[in-house]
Amino acid sequence: MFAHIGDIALMNRENDGAIANLSFVIGDDAVVVIDTGGSALEGSRLLAAIRSRTDKPIRYVINTHLHPDHVFGNAAFVAEGTTFVGHKNLPRGLAARGPFYVDAFRRIMGDDAMAGVKIIAPTLLVSDEMRLDLGGRSLLLKAWPAAHTDTDLTVLDEKSGILFAGDLVFVRHVPVVDGSLRGFLAATDALAHMPVAKVIPGHGAGIEDWPRALEPQRRYLARLRDDIRALIARGASIDTAAQTAGQSEKGYWELFEDYNARNATAAFAELEWE
Amino acid sequence: MSGARFRFSCVAGLAIAVLGLGIGATLGESKDDPWPDIAFNAFNGRALVDGTGLLAIDMPYRAEDAAIVPVTVRATLPAGDERRVKAFTIIIDENPSPVAATFTLGANSGVSSISTRVRVDSYTNVHAVAELSDGKLYVVQTYVKASGGCSAPTAKNTDDTVASLGQMRMRQFANDTDMRASRAREAQIMIRHPNNSGLQMDQVTRLYVPPFFVHDMKIWQGDDLILSMDGGISISQDPNIRFTYMPNGARSLRAQATDTDNHVFNGDWPVEAQM
Repeated sequence: MFAHIGDIALMNRENDGAIANLSFVIGDDAVVVIDTGGSALEGSRLLAAIRSRTDKPIRYVINTHLHPDHVFGNAAFVAEGTTFVGHKNLPRGLAARGPFYVDAFRRIMGDDAMAGVKIIAPTLLVSDEMRLDLGGRSLLLKAWPAAHTDTDLTVLDEKSGILFAGDLVFVRHVPVVDGSLRGFLAATDALAHMPVAKVIPGHGAGIEDWPRALEPQRRYLARLRDDIRALIARGASIDTAAQTAGQSEKGYWELFEDYNARNATAAFAELEWE
Repeated sequence: MSGARFRFSCVAGLAIAVLGLGIGATLGESKDDPWPDIAFNAFNGRALVDGTGLLAIDMPYRAEDAAIVPVTVRATLPAGDERRVKAFTIIIDENPSPVAATFTLGANSGVSSISTRVRVDSYTNVHAVAELSDGKLYVVQTYVKASGGCSAPTAKNTDDTVASLGQMRMRQFANDTDMRASRAREAQIMIRHPNNSGLQMDQVTRLYVPPFFVHDMKIWQGDDLILSMDGGISISQDPNIRFTYMPNGARSLRAQATDTDNHVFNGDWPVEAQM
């Protein structure tokens, strides 16, 4: 099993969108890829890295969720015998956001980096749990209720106890709330109770100190929740929440200025309905 | 192209590569300004006069979440000016459906500010137009930077909203001391609705997912209309309107919302005593 740890950054021209963690697992019979990167270029490099190690067929490409840094490399893997796998909500999510993401990143990263990027939706959909067999090892896929997004999937290699968590786990990179804050907190608690040997997060280095390494994420999400509940209770506006909620967490996370106000906005709109 | 090596490590021994580049979005190429055509069509060729000093529009300079961008329009007529605002229109120039909403104000409502949330597709001017009781149209504008590429102006969690379709809440806020002196009250109507734009294509059928949004919302105090919204797909999921108004002594607030499938949702709430 192999994992590439992406840069903790926003997708831009300099990094070709290579900011997410991408992995692959080689079984006796076949290979499974977990996320394909932030550009067609990164997808091709991932494919080359796989081919430099094995010529076994790539049977499955799993997307852990719909964000562009995890799916923009999909087109490099379209081939006879390769099936794309994702959460049952992923086709809907990609249809809704795909064209928008492609336009936005054409502006941000330029035409060259975006050449060859196609939105490829999964055909094998996971509603709850599903096992994929690679020969000699099996992967247990789990579809989660809305958390980071409403398309989140984790992948557990049962033989080794290594969990590919996608963006349900963030290390150093501020957690991004683009689904449900309460769902993300619930998923964080559930993950903390899973007996795993090691976790590969969506962003940041692999973790063995489990579940203690999950505590910063839990603390950040709980801080957002508590700050926002207090703001709602006193009649504050969503603008105020965007500026003030979660600010005590600022020193602990990279890209905090890029994402915290957005997290607070999304969470406010969600928690207003409590 | 970037010369970065594509580093792979066995999962057993991983090293962190943290560069923290954090370079944000760059501005796109300049386009022709769509505003003159939009204004002409939206207002049937009527003249728009500079509204500085009469109305104001407040929006964040950067849209943090492209799907939920707060906007407030306020009447700022100077004391002694006998005119009143009859309607506010919010226009997001670069959106596929630029006219986000028109809010028509009840004659005796005393509505002085309206806040809602809109979708912003890209870097854009946003215009607010007020029709005053003198029959003229007045305009102010602001500029909104779109959020980073990863934030899309679409729903985050469709299933929850659809499961509770049409549920309404009315929040009534306690006043701060300034407002208490003027007797004005502040309330907020909220309704669960996906407000689908109809611009998304189903990848399998290649047909467009039909639009499904709240196009009309009315709020009364007793029998008096406070405000009426004629809204479109630029209004965010779960439409939310927060407004200040003059109470007329009525015992209840009532709301009715209609969507493009002709569902009609109704609610009424007792007016809460001022704290």
